[in-house]
Amino acid sequence: MNIPLPDLTPIIPEIIMSIVTCALLTVEVFVKDKTKDFLGIICIGTALAVMYMIPMSQGVTFGGMFISDGYSSYFKFIFLISLILTILISFKFIQREDAEFGEYYSLLMFATAGMMIMASSADLILLYLGLELMALSTYILAGIKRHDTRSNEAALKYFLLGAFSSAILLFGISLTYGLTTSTNIYQIAEHLKQGETSITLLIAMIMIICAFAFKIASAPFHMWAPDVYQGAPTSVTAFFSVGPKAAGFAVIGRVFFIAFESLQMDWTAILIGLAILTMAVGNILAIVQTNMKRMLAYSSIAHAGYALLGIIAGTTEGLNAVMTYLLIYAFMNMGAFAIVILLEKGENIKDYNGLSKSHPLVAAMMLVFMFSLTGIPPTAGFIGKFNIFMAAINAGYTWVVVVAVCFSAISAYYYMRIVMNMFMKPMEAEAKIYPNPANGAALLISLLMVFIIGIMPSVVIGYTFQMFM
Amino acid sequence: MVPLEWYITLSTVIFIIGVIGFLIRRNIIIMLISIELMLNAVNLSLVAFSHYLQDLKGQILVIFVITVAAAEAAIGLAILVSLYRNKAVVHTDKITEMKG
Repeated sequence: MNIPLPDLTPIIPEIIMSIVTCALLTVEVFVKDKTKDFLGIICIGTALAVMYMIPMSQGVTFGGMFISDGYSSYFKFIFLISLILTILISFKFIQREDAEFGEYYSLLMFATAGMMIMASSADLILLYLGLELMALSTYILAGIKRHDTRSNEAALKYFLLGAFSSAILLFGISLTYGLTTSTNIYQIAEHLKQGETSITLLIAMIMIICAFAFKIASAPFHMWAPDVYQGAPTSVTAFFSVGPKAAGFAVIGRVFFIAFESLQMDWTAILIGLAILTMAVGNILAIVQTNMKRMLAYSSIAHAGYALLGIIAGTTEGLNAVMTYLLIYAFMNMGAFAIVILLEKGENIKDYNGLSKSHPLVAAMMLVFMFSLTGIPPTAGFIGKFNIFMAAINAGYTWVVVVAVCFSAISAYYYMRIVMNMFMKPMEAEAKIYPNPANGAALLISLLMVFIIGIMPSVVIGYTFQMFM
Repeated sequence: MVPLEWYITLSTVIFIIGVIGFLIRRNIIIMLISIELMLNAVNLSLVAFSHYLQDLKGQILVIFVITVAAAEAAIGLAILVSLYRNKAVVHTDKITEMKG
């Protein structure tokens, strides 16, 4: 029997990522170098090469299982940006934290490869495999500080709830397969257009929503996020708050907009509830936090709520707004985490008291990122929120947007509290910082992008869409 | 021939036992076992669907689920072992360093 080789062009970026990562794992054992920095540099190089290759590798392959189109390319761009920024902020930090194992970079690469597969999958089997590749790598990353009990605890909590949610996803996939006789999302859509909806199908869809809501840390499936974000090393936390969240939105967009298109009324109703609950929980609980990483965890929960509004809108405009929002969120959140890493003691919110007196430049940068996270012009965060809210209003969900704006006003309290601590409170102790070129580069990229997107959004967003879509 | 409904009912019951076990037990090993139970319930329903639909995709997914479950168990136990070395507990009520 002659089996023809499938067209490998669309999947070349993932293949390159995986091969380089496996090679790094092997090379790392033999190299007696004291620092592992060269591994990180190779990873950044690979990520840039893959980013350059993505627009050229469009197409469908493996019998319609794997799709590389504009939508997936844009998300892959976000994943690779978050990977590069994470590696840049990791270099000296993981040495300081005593977490410098060679596997660190390989696991980051594997997680990114998993996200890329998720964004490109047009089949629930492939989606599950990509999700597990991402999830298994991130469980280990959370616990990479083996001798630290907090890191262990974070990894364990993440693992238990992650495995639980993927089992729920599988049950949903299994029921969908039984009812529609296929796992391909386009065939599922065809099948659902003809038949009437049954209660079993709704249960299957709700189970899939639950599993994805877990990945984007949406309430009521957010319980893991604060603990994991606090316990994991800060650089890993920065990666968690951007990459897996964007991957979750990528699959939500694909599965709900295509496979469950005929059930739009039902999933919109569920997602409105989730979005409002997520914004409420994220914003209100963030107010009482005293730990910076926990506060940023709740803030990332709240941001998942805003981004869900774009999905609720159910239009192409909404989906584009979500993609833009996630790109902007990647820059501003990575920037905030880069500052937390820059400081010797940045975990406690009290550590920021009087930072503007000892390190005015650092305080000024933090101010920009906090303004951007709040959504104040002329920073990028404003553009992101504006697009999302406009898309939801145009789709007729004005009351949801009103609720979102109210919660957004609440969020100003806890972001501005950091600013107030830095600029208005007296200095308690001279804060020590660890500047290094890589972290500086990450900060500079984030800062520039926050301003460039904020001041001329149409140019940057238009360019990225034109390049990848 | 055994009707499809019986298989699906059985798998749903096993899945719910797994969910309840995960939610109410506080020993991490038991929680891991509950997750395995949930995954195997899914496998059962997938194989049943695959047989009744005369379609191989379900069985392909089962093979993948078994593989991933093995990897997941390996990672879960590794995380548990590293926690046990530092704290010597396998009870979730005792692992409460972070709260809020």
